[in-house]
Amino acid sequence: MDWTRRSAAELVEALAAGEVTSVELTTAFLDRIAEVDGQVRAFLHVDAEGALATARASDERRAAGELLSDLDGVPIAVKDVLTTAGLPTTCGSKILEGWIPPYDATVVRKLKEAGLPILGKTNMDEFAMGSSTEHSAYGPTHNPWDLERIPGGSGGGSAAAVASFQAPLAIGTDTGGSIRQPGAVTGTVGVKPTYGGVSRYGLVALANSLDQAGPVTRTVLDSALLHELIGGHDPLDSTSIPTEMPSFVEAARVGAGKDLTGVKVGVITELRGEGWQPGVMARFDEAVELMVSAGAEVVEVSCPNFVHAMAAYYLILPAEASSNLAKFDAMRFGLRVLPEGVDAPSAEEVMRATRDAGFGDEVKRRIILGTYALSSGYYDAYYGQAQKVRTLIARDFEAAFAEVDVLVSPTAPTTAFKLGEKLDDPLAMYLNDLATIPANLAGTPGISVPSGLADEDGLPAGLQVLAPALADDRLYRVGAAVEALLEEKWGGAILDRAPELKGASA
Amino acid sequence: MPEITRDEVAHLADLARIDLSDAELDHLAPQLSVILESVASISEVASADVPPTSHALPLTNVFREDVVVPGLTAEQALSGAPASEQQRFSVPRILGDEQ
Repeated sequence: MDWTRRSAAELVEALAAGEVTSVELTTAFLDRIAEVDGQVRAFLHVDAEGALATARASDERRAAGELLSDLDGVPIAVKDVLTTAGLPTTCGSKILEGWIPPYDATVVRKLKEAGLPILGKTNMDEFAMGSSTEHSAYGPTHNPWDLERIPGGSGGGSAAAVASFQAPLAIGTDTGGSIRQPGAVTGTVGVKPTYGGVSRYGLVALANSLDQAGPVTRTVLDSALLHELIGGHDPLDSTSIPTEMPSFVEAARVGAGKDLTGVKVGVITELRGEGWQPGVMARFDEAVELMVSAGAEVVEVSCPNFVHAMAAYYLILPAEASSNLAKFDAMRFGLRVLPEGVDAPSAEEVMRATRDAGFGDEVKRRIILGTYALSSGYYDAYYGQAQKVRTLIARDFEAAFAEVDVLVSPTAPTTAFKLGEKLDDPLAMYLNDLATIPANLAGTPGISVPSGLADEDGLPAGLQVLAPALADDRLYRVGAAVEALLEEKWGGAILDRAPELKGASA
Repeated sequence: MPEITRDEVAHLADLARIDLSDAELDHLAPQLSVILESVASISEVASADVPPTSHALPLTNVFREDVVVPGLTAEQALSGAPASEQQRFSVPRILGDEQ
């Protein structure tokens, strides 16, 4: 029995039925990592010893009838931007190489308290800046569908780990689409919860007002199970929402019944048309037709300010990032580089040399852009205006959700592009996030569900579903319905059609 | 068209406390110009009566009970520091001999 091919929900059932132990499961995933991660490079750090110790404890609890959660004993991978006590946390950057945090992020603490073995930390664009996981200081992650292509970013490691059966579940973070876009191009499910719905304590901040941790899984139900586990109010995070949310698992189970009667779906006019890959659009249109066949009412909805979202985002994000990354000063933690040819360097000289050596190109580019946007004389024209555009985008969402229950679009304009193809063209790279960014600016939740394979290249595309803030349950109902309808059409899960990695050259 | 010169990039890097090599400056300046050009339209989008939104949530002060809870030990807090001495972060000197 190849347990690595099962969904987390199926593994929960198998554990409950005594068909497998957590140690056996964890061992199976560790073996899979050993077998294929040389090609995929999804992990920056694997903690076999820690994962197996947790698995053993889970099996003992199960024997005693004292489970900590529904997912007790199911292994998971964690993006390397979340702090893990005793395990390295690098954020994909040389400036944090070797750093071992003294505390757990709240999300990580919840995973540990729920008994999930943590397999390791996954690769990412440095400080989550990127759309391809090529900006990791430790080398790129490869897309399991085609090892010469990007797995999306910045959470390409988490998505690739799940897509290549190295982990049944993973945690990602989404600042402008870094869970949903990698989900789309790897054929996995990615959820950005409502901003504040999952604690950001211990998430190394890229842009505080945009960052949100969330699930990366192979099925919508698995995302719902994980979201319920990591979500909820956290007094350690002042932006955490104290509001109770409806059950995501129940919503996913309702959606799996493939009935969308009474659901009003808005297709966003501005997120389609010229510049979108035909194969991606074809899969999107098919998914929308299936929603209609399941009883949904579909209307076209215009969100006119979405076209300005990318510009606003690429001013707000660097502004916040330039401030957040000031803490990497070579004094308190991380790298310290002494400048060459200076006898007794000052703290400032050490800081300059360290930040030059420790940060990669994309991080430097964004820090300088942010410094520019916040500088005297430009603040009103750039940062101030971007904040106003944010208001207009929130108003677009408000008007749209007065008409419809959810909005849909393709998650990303294209399938996975080739590694290196856009590295020297940051603007082209940024365009990958144009459909996902509006939700981050407005704080609304979104999910990406596999919508099929594009005809041109046979690579996965994603369908994005957006809901109003705090209505994350709608994502799970609609997402699960689309997933069930498409799988019925395909005769199985999309990942079953991924090429086999075993035996490929490392 | 907004343009950012090589000297301006060097000045911004100075403000951000990053030493950039000449090659990095040559590489970054034109890229930043292209990015700035693409986001310049933002200055014409919103009228004066649109209020800015700095955050998706209306943030208010959050207060917790003022109770003593265990924090990091000095050893834990210093565990990631490049250098420490006598339970303190050890940093390069700021003042030169002449000062």
